[in-house]
Amino acid sequence: MSELISDIEGGIRTVDASVDASHGILLYLEGVTVSFDGFKAIDNLSLYIGDGELRCIIGPNGAGKTTMMDIITGKTKPDTGRVFFGQTIDLLQLDEPAIARIGIGRKFQKPTVIEPLSVLENLELAMSGAKYLRGLMTTRLTGEERERIGAVLERIGLSDLAQRQAGILAHGQKQWLEIGMLLMQQPRLLLVDEPVAGMTPAEMERTAELLNSLAGEHSVVVVEHDMGFVRSIADKVTVLHQGRVLAEGTLEEVQADPKVIEVYLGDDHAAH
Amino acid sequence: MRLPPWLLSDRAGLGLLLLLALLIIVVPTLNLLTPPDSALHLSAYTVTLLGKYLCYALLAVAVDLVWGYMGILSLGHAAFFALGGYCLGMYLMRQIGTRGVYGDPLLPDFMVFLNWKELPWYWHGFDSFGFAVLMVMVIPGLLAFIFGWFAFRSRVSGVYLSIITQALTYALMLAFFRNEMGFGGNNGLTDFKDVLGFSLQAEGTRIVLFMLSALALATGYLACRWLVSTRMGRVLVAIRDSEDRARFLGYRVERVKTLVFAFSAILAGVAGALYVPQVGIINPGEFAPINSIEAVIWVAIGGRGTLVGAVIGAVLVNFAKSWLTGALPEIWLFALGGLFVAVTLFLPHGLMGLVRRRAEAAS
Repeated sequence: MSELISDIEGGIRTVDASVDASHGILLYLEGVTVSFDGFKAIDNLSLYIGDGELRCIIGPNGAGKTTMMDIITGKTKPDTGRVFFGQTIDLLQLDEPAIARIGIGRKFQKPTVIEPLSVLENLELAMSGAKYLRGLMTTRLTGEERERIGAVLERIGLSDLAQRQAGILAHGQKQWLEIGMLLMQQPRLLLVDEPVAGMTPAEMERTAELLNSLAGEHSVVVVEHDMGFVRSIADKVTVLHQGRVLAEGTLEEVQADPKVIEVYLGDDHAAH
Repeated sequence: MRLPPWLLSDRAGLGLLLLLALLIIVVPTLNLLTPPDSALHLSAYTVTLLGKYLCYALLAVAVDLVWGYMGILSLGHAAFFALGGYCLGMYLMRQIGTRGVYGDPLLPDFMVFLNWKELPWYWHGFDSFGFAVLMVMVIPGLLAFIFGWFAFRSRVSGVYLSIITQALTYALMLAFFRNEMGFGGNNGLTDFKDVLGFSLQAEGTRIVLFMLSALALATGYLACRWLVSTRMGRVLVAIRDSEDRARFLGYRVERVKTLVFAFSAILAGVAGALYVPQVGIINPGEFAPINSIEAVIWVAIGGRGTLVGAVIGAVLVNFAKSWLTGALPEIWLFALGGLFVAVTLFLPHGLMGLVRRRAEAAS
């Protein structure tokens, strides 16, 4: 009972100490297969994300991009395969909150902020730290917490809107706020699903800057359809098709790949 | 004394607390210190009626906490209310002693009537007031905890959860109707004589019960208001609006839900325990599904997610019910249904939403 009460949030203690990325790889997916009613959404997929890397995942609809994110974050359990965070943490043994707490943040495709709360409260909600039930039973922020929230507000460019209700933010601002919420979790790995869908070109540019600034400090995996945007952020691109990796390399390399051109025709060329 | 910021900013709540304090002073004064033929005199009947409304209001606050803030539409909260009522009712039954019709010092009348020779094990301890009061909170809280543990862990939510809560209260009603359960069957528990030695018929006792109801409502309100002002309150809203977001932020959603659901059930149990000595009876009818649905309607009419609205809705609707069931008994349910439809269509945020809109328009 006391464990149950104290473990509502759990909090991330020192993530860096527990995740062992000493081989330079932060996330391992090996031979992962998952099928829904006989349809293989992910088919023997192997993928490695380096520590501090910014990786773009592209692929036509139904390629398995969102299912892959569901597997990494614990929402879907694969039929076979191994998913490791660093050398030692088996993600298949953990549920969603546990995975979030060891340092994997996920941004949904549709911006998901808590609309009745203010920008500041949204960030406070996402804040990590050894924050057990006692930590939740408070109405105040400490000075240090205020500083952390202030730093993230600065980073996502919403400092002036801290007291604004999240529900009345512009679409792009909601996307940034959600990225800010992930940052409050102090994640090692950020999974970002279609961050620029519905954004204006100016907003896209700022988002590209933001994501680029995160790489190095964090590993970032971006699923995106917009080729122009992918060009502006990624050094490495993985193309998914029918639940497996079709090609991997720089954007130029994969775009020149005949296999990619074959399955991806139209979409790819229409984008630029 | 300085008020904490979370209370200071809650103007509607401060108004409610002030009103309750006023009631605690004025109602006894008008009942005890005015002559019965004075226009200002409040009869014991009125005092008890007001006390009943306050118990309903506390139930409504409990419903609003889980529905308005956490998004769990419980259609079974009256079950926790009734369980709290039964726990106190058992104490009141044991207090009757030899004054029952059959004069058995140990067994309540209905057990003698059923030819039972000894007290069932679960009736032991209820001769102690302290134990009974403890059970008033433990039994509803425990049931809600176990129920929540299974339902929320299996990620049952939305309309499916509502249906299960409805089934829970219905199942309890059927069980309590059975004589073999040992809770007096369809007659329930009644013929209470006194509580802690004070006659339940005495005006003084009724006044004290009324004051306790007001105090319980104020305490329950403060506890809920504080809870929703903490970080935990933000977690509840996150669960209501986007359960997945809360989960992927690292919150153990099902545990939060289970704990808050159990807390809410405890409040409902306390409300039921204060209700029973005032109305003088508790029977399985209190588990009827319609009772839980009515509680939800009070909250919807007052405005969910406001706590104060729950109190306003409960008092107004029950006032209307007292009046209408006296004047035009056959149209009450139609009126209630019509009111619910009208509020859903025209006042999605209830009366509190209306007040808030007016206030915003004025400023």
